Amino acid sequence: MFVLEARELTKHFGGLKALEAVSFKVKEGAIHSIIGPNGAGKTTLFNCLTGVTRPTRGSIHFSGQEISRLQPHEVAELGIARTFQNIRLFPEMTVMENVMVAQHTRTKYGLLSAVLRGSSFMSKERAVREKGFEYLELMGLEDHAEALAGNLPYGSQRRLEIARALATEPKIILLDEPTAGMNPMETLEVMDLIRKVKGLGKTVILIEHDMKLVMGISEWILVLDHGVGIAEGSPEEVRNDPLVIEAYLGRETTH
Amino acid sequence: MLLQQLINGLTLGGVYAIIALGYTMVYGILELINFAHGEIYMLGAYLGIIFLGIFTSLGLTAANFPLALLLTVLMTVLFCSAYGFTMEKVAYKPLRNAPRLSPLISAIGVSIFLQNYVMLTQGATDKVFPYRYGETHIRFLSVDLTALQAAIIITSALLMTGLHLFQKTRMGKAMRATAQDKTMAALVGINVDTIISMTFIIGAGLAAVAGIMVASYYGIVNYSIGYMAGIKAFTAAVLGGIGSIPGAMLGGILLGLIESIGAAYISSEYKDVYAFIVLLIILLIRPSGILGGYSEEKV
Repeated sequence: MFVLEARELTKHFGGLKALEAVSFKVKEGAIHSIIGPNGAGKTTLFNCLTGVTRPTRGSIHFSGQEISRLQPHEVAELGIARTFQNIRLFPEMTVMENVMVAQHTRTKYGLLSAVLRGSSFMSKERAVREKGFEYLELMGLEDHAEALAGNLPYGSQRRLEIARALATEPKIILLDEPTAGMNPMETLEVMDLIRKVKGLGKTVILIEHDMKLVMGISEWILVLDHGVGIAEGSPEEVRNDPLVIEAYLGRETTH
Repeated sequence: MLLQQLINGLTLGGVYAIIALGYTMVYGILELINFAHGEIYMLGAYLGIIFLGIFTSLGLTAANFPLALLLTVLMTVLFCSAYGFTMEKVAYKPLRNAPRLSPLISAIGVSIFLQNYVMLTQGATDKVFPYRYGETHIRFLSVDLTALQAAIIITSALLMTGLHLFQKTRMGKAMRATAQDKTMAALVGINVDTIISMTFIIGAGLAAVAGIMVASYYGIVNYSIGYMAGIKAFTAAVLGGIGSIPGAMLGGILLGLIESIGAAYISSEYKDVYAFIVLLIILLIRPSGILGGYSEEKV
């Protein structure tokens, strides 16, 4: 079953072709990776998938619905969540508030009931808090629930970003370089976390530079270079693709 | 004498704080100085007179039907919130992605428009608040406090507490998240447009209450009162740290206290000057205001 499909996705910024007719399909419940040299268009692709930028041409289908013209909050409501390469938490809110605010679209109650603080409001509020705590526990942050998000150490901030993305209850979660700036130990921890996320039944799409991690964890890889999809397939297929080797290492010369 | 001036200052300061909250909330989310915010306060004062007039002509004077006053406040808040909502949709939303100077100029335009709109429809002369409420004096320690002053202080305190509680609610958290990072807020499913509208509605509603309170306190209203009140409230917001909600509350109250104490002990001729002197000193020592945190320029 495919949950997400991009058809001929194209994004031009003036004369710059950030994405050129990129097509791919994403299988439900699997871990996918998007790799490619710097400036290959990976983050632009994520921006298109989440409604942050509108593609110049092409379409994105999510669970059978065309989403490329939707607003970011509508895409989030349908079930796509993401993290950023440079962490973007709400730094002046507590860790708990960060995951609570992410449940925004999943908890609906009127303003009046919030002001009157009736029993149904209080029980919903408690449910949101409990659920938030579960996500924090999953990411090992339960001891820091009342700390300000901006005061967490770097690695914990990364984990909180994933917890917050999970709190939106997505079907697909997009992780933009979750190991950026991490040492090998921390990278291994992130790998475990990604497997945990998959274990929850989520589909994962990963942008990553750490090849060991990518090859070890992905079931399917898309390689972008200068906005063009140059290869896709299983880690073995991609590893041995001459076009991929060329994009990363340069052309082989004969002596 | 000092205690008396503190009470006077608190009355004035509460009003400044309530207007300043509207400035600081909008700035927190849009990084826009909403220069038309003072005009909403002025509209609140006029609408208060109008609705009170309507109720009185229906035979429902505040003397025989105290609920008339509450209804007046509610109707005024409703109308001013509608003005605030419309102002954002018409004058600011189309400029959301424009350079920062454009919405600022648009705000000045709205301010001029609203002043002239009220001048043309209501006349350029002063209007008198139809009924002086709360003339009863309360003796409290050696202080002479009118019932109206007490009502203003209590109302201001209640509104500030209410806003503080609102911040903890689902909508309040969404508003704070939006203020910190609009794109990220949208990506966790928050409709940023709704939050922005909500901010203008709440800010305008607060300004409306302030307008009625001041109109009944001074008993006189004209189309240009929004200008000075706007500048004062803006000063209060900057003093406390613009974008910070507790900052606006603190700044407003401080400003009121400084004004009344300065007027009493130095000279009332320079009443408007003290506030700005203090603002200058604070900005020289702490450019981001008393409670304003250091904020990095967002890239």
